[in-house]
Amino acid sequence: MSERVLEVEGLVVTFPGDTGRTAVVDHVDLTLDAGEALALVGESGCGKSMTALSLLRLVPKPGRIEAGRIQIAGQDVLTLPIPALRSLRGRGAAMVFQEPMTSLNPVLTVGAQVVEAIRLHERVGANAARRRAAELFAHVGIPDPEARLDAYPHQLSGGMKQRAMIAIALAARPKLLIADEPTTALDVTIQAQILDLLRDLRRDSGMALLLITHDLGIVNEVADRVAVMYAGQLVETGSRELVLGAARHPYTQGLLRSIPALAPRGARLSEIPGSVPSAGAWPSGCRFHPRCPRAFEPCPRIDPGWTELRAGQRARCHAVAKEEAS
Amino acid sequence: MLAYLARRLAWGVVTVIGVLLFLFVLFFTLATPDDIARKAVGEKAPQAVLDQWKLNHGYDKPRFWNPESPGDTMLAEHFRRMLTFDFGNSDADDTPIGARLRSGAGPSLAFTLPLFVAGLALGISLSLFVAFFRDTYIDRMGTVLAVLAMSVSMLLYIIGVQFLLGKLLRWFPISGFDYSPDVMIRFLAMPVIVGLLAGIGGDLRFFRTVFVEESGRDYVRTARAKGCGEGRIMGRHVLRNSLIPILTNVVMAIPFLFTGSLLLESFFGIPGLGSITVDAVNANDFATLRVVVYIDSLLFIAGQIATDFSYTLADPRVRFG
Amino acid sequence: MPLHIWINGAVALFVLGAAVATWRLRRNALWREAGRELWRRRPLALAFVALYSALALCDSISWIDAEGTGVREPRSLLVRAFPVDFQEASYSAPLADVEFYGGQPLQHPGAHWLGTDILGRDVLLQALRGARVALLVGGLTSLIAIPLALLFGVAAGYRGGWLDDLVLFLISVLFAMPGLLLLIALIMALGRGPVQVCVALGVTGWVSFARLARGETLKLRELDYVQAARALGVSELRIIVRHVVPNLMHLVVITFVLMFSSLVLTEAVLAWLGLGIDGSWGQMIDRARDELSRDPIIWWNLTAASAALFGLILAVNLVGDAVRDILDPRTLRERA
Repeated sequence: MSERVLEVEGLVVTFPGDTGRTAVVDHVDLTLDAGEALALVGESGCGKSMTALSLLRLVPKPGRIEAGRIQIAGQDVLTLPIPALRSLRGRGAAMVFQEPMTSLNPVLTVGAQVVEAIRLHERVGANAARRRAAELFAHVGIPDPEARLDAYPHQLSGGMKQRAMIAIALAARPKLLIADEPTTALDVTIQAQILDLLRDLRRDSGMALLLITHDLGIVNEVADRVAVMYAGQLVETGSRELVLGAARHPYTQGLLRSIPALAPRGARLSEIPGSVPSAGAWPSGCRFHPRCPRAFEPCPRIDPGWTELRAGQRARCHAVAKEEAS
Repeated sequence: MLAYLARRLAWGVVTVIGVLLFLFVLFFTLATPDDIARKAVGEKAPQAVLDQWKLNHGYDKPRFWNPESPGDTMLAEHFRRMLTFDFGNSDADDTPIGARLRSGAGPSLAFTLPLFVAGLALGISLSLFVAFFRDTYIDRMGTVLAVLAMSVSMLLYIIGVQFLLGKLLRWFPISGFDYSPDVMIRFLAMPVIVGLLAGIGGDLRFFRTVFVEESGRDYVRTARAKGCGEGRIMGRHVLRNSLIPILTNVVMAIPFLFTGSLLLESFFGIPGLGSITVDAVNANDFATLRVVVYIDSLLFIAGQIATDFSYTLADPRVRFG
Repeated sequence: MPLHIWINGAVALFVLGAAVATWRLRRNALWREAGRELWRRRPLALAFVALYSALALCDSISWIDAEGTGVREPRSLLVRAFPVDFQEASYSAPLADVEFYGGQPLQHPGAHWLGTDILGRDVLLQALRGARVALLVGGLTSLIAIPLALLFGVAAGYRGGWLDDLVLFLISVLFAMPGLLLLIALIMALGRGPVQVCVALGVTGWVSFARLARGETLKLRELDYVQAARALGVSELRIIVRHVVPNLMHLVVITFVLMFSSLVLTEAVLAWLGLGIDGSWGQMIDRARDELSRDPIIWWNLTAASAALFGLILAVNLVGDAVRDILDPRTLRERA
């Protein structure tokens, strides 16, 4: 039985808006076991990045985690005192960000940044840390690792920078790696390399992976389980096969249909009408109802609850609930 | 990088030539040599005396073009002298300008250097402190105090400090100077204090802005995610990156350590370059003023080049670009 | 025509121009929004600036009393708020009935709220009249410096080539020279009247904004709609006037407000050197400096001038900061 690495229950993150504080993350639940890969999918603005940031209490001001429980490797993150939180960051869970150029300190060598990550969590001498940094670089596939330690971020290509970021994240051997759109800023060929790297790393160390992305192709490559987010809420969760192969929620179905590669050539591309509502302007009832082809009577009034489907898949939709009931 | 430096030096030389040209136009065409002579010798002096004075001080030649011997013009003379640092004598009291300036550099440095170092240390540490507590009442109070401090004229700081510390509390002598180190400190304390007060407002706002801007960058978020404490983030990551814009400001100020401050030296009786300049203004001593402006400009251009150079050293993106 | 008639005319023109400009701006939603935001953030500071402006205005409108009545000199609206011949013989303390040294009875006992100076002039009146000088320094100088900077900066940025090189050369040379010394030299050469001082300040002050205008113009030139206009054959002048300059206006406003306080403070330093404008607070401070060493000390004229100067500078700085935040290109983009 794999240990439970991540458990999130009822997470609420709010930001101030014109009409008081709005929840950009609205009661999100997630679980992740060791060795598993969970993809958190959604379009821009749905709240997935905020969810990721809140796991290590990195939500930027004026945002705030209002409610919920987050447990990483058995520790209750939201009640941790600061020194313990700092220890958790990097060792319990580590994070990789989207833009490697701005996410690395431009005036320090990448080696120095990895060494810092090592020495924050282990009592090792400078030389030992440097050796380990070179090992990490080799491990993430950076050629000529010793020499690369003394390079500055701007001297590395995009793919190399991202590998360096991953090396930094792995420095303290975290149980959970949170990757926020790690390949969005990279070329397609490099993307594939990075994804392969992530998969290999997991296999070797049993590290769990929470992958934030908007790209369903990546989800298909990497994920064991999928959670779909819309307008701050989870709308469908389940195994990859079920969510991608047999999606039940109209939003997930719309996303899958709108992938150009899957449509017949020359046919009109399928699209979800309308646009994503901005935070604070959520529609009443089910937030997707104005754009939903299957919306009916209860949808504008009542926020739907979870409908359990087979094999752990669940969806949050009145239409699905109605289907299951009959 | 050497090519860049060479280009900057060339541009500097061109600018110096432009400065000399501008100076000539300003000093020799806006006021005629007769006016200058009259101011030096006296309004009612007869023409013969004026002519003699002009001859002695080199104001008798034609300005731009001499049909008899081309090249023997005031313009050529001006360029020749300035570029060879042969400054000649003051219009007011006929003393050699160069020697006077050299004697004034020491006293100016004696108080601008401690002021510079103390101001920098104070400014950076206060701003780091305020930026660490950004968006709290400490930060807001600091900003308010900075704006208040910036809104007071330097004149008022001088008058206030002289009155308070000099006259009322009698901690320091009101003005004066001495070349022996232990006594010098007593005379320099107040000008340094005034200089610090006058500068701290603007410094605080500038440094704070830089620190706060750097604090919001992505790499700070990465450092936090690694487990860095806030103190380490400020002291190592933010400060190191902030040094680049701060450095450009700091290096620019270095040339002016030599030129002193007109106000401070004059009010506090420090015989530095600043008070020499004020004396020249009061005595309508154009010769000295010309030289002082020239030296200042040279130092400024040198400062700009040094700043560019230090920038390439500080920012690895430029150095290994 | 007597000088005060010219000044009255200039004031009328200025007020008219300001009214027209405000009316045209109010039609633009962005500026209206910015104005409202400014009023919301810094009402007190804005009120102060308005107060000083009103005082300056009152002191700029003057006329001579009719033949046979009153004083022969033109007197301004502000001066007329005070009794005629309000002068005493010498110093007197605020609200005093007698002279400070000697105890002679005053002509207007208890009427001088802030006392009188060495020549017996009322300190409150002098302090109030300093507003006109300060606003003149800030306003007239900016009126000279900013259009000059726009002309050079936009021309250099838009045309490029040798014009750009020439302007850059000019800017480098002027920038290299120490500002205060250059000012002193200019004023010594031009003369010591208020217009000359403003011209000197303007000539030395246009440089940094010109650099900014040039940089912005370089960016604006590459914008899509400017390229489109060029491709359509729109004349250069029209492009500059209709597309480039309006997009520099927010920088103009920010620069104007930020320059204002530094100009007034510089004039105070010039006054100490004897090169300032008559009637300025700097001049009052310079004159009052020695009085602190008297015994008993005379503090009221120094305090009045300092307070008046500080009040205006602080208010302008606060307004300036708010203006800069509001008109920051980033927030402008967000709002649009």
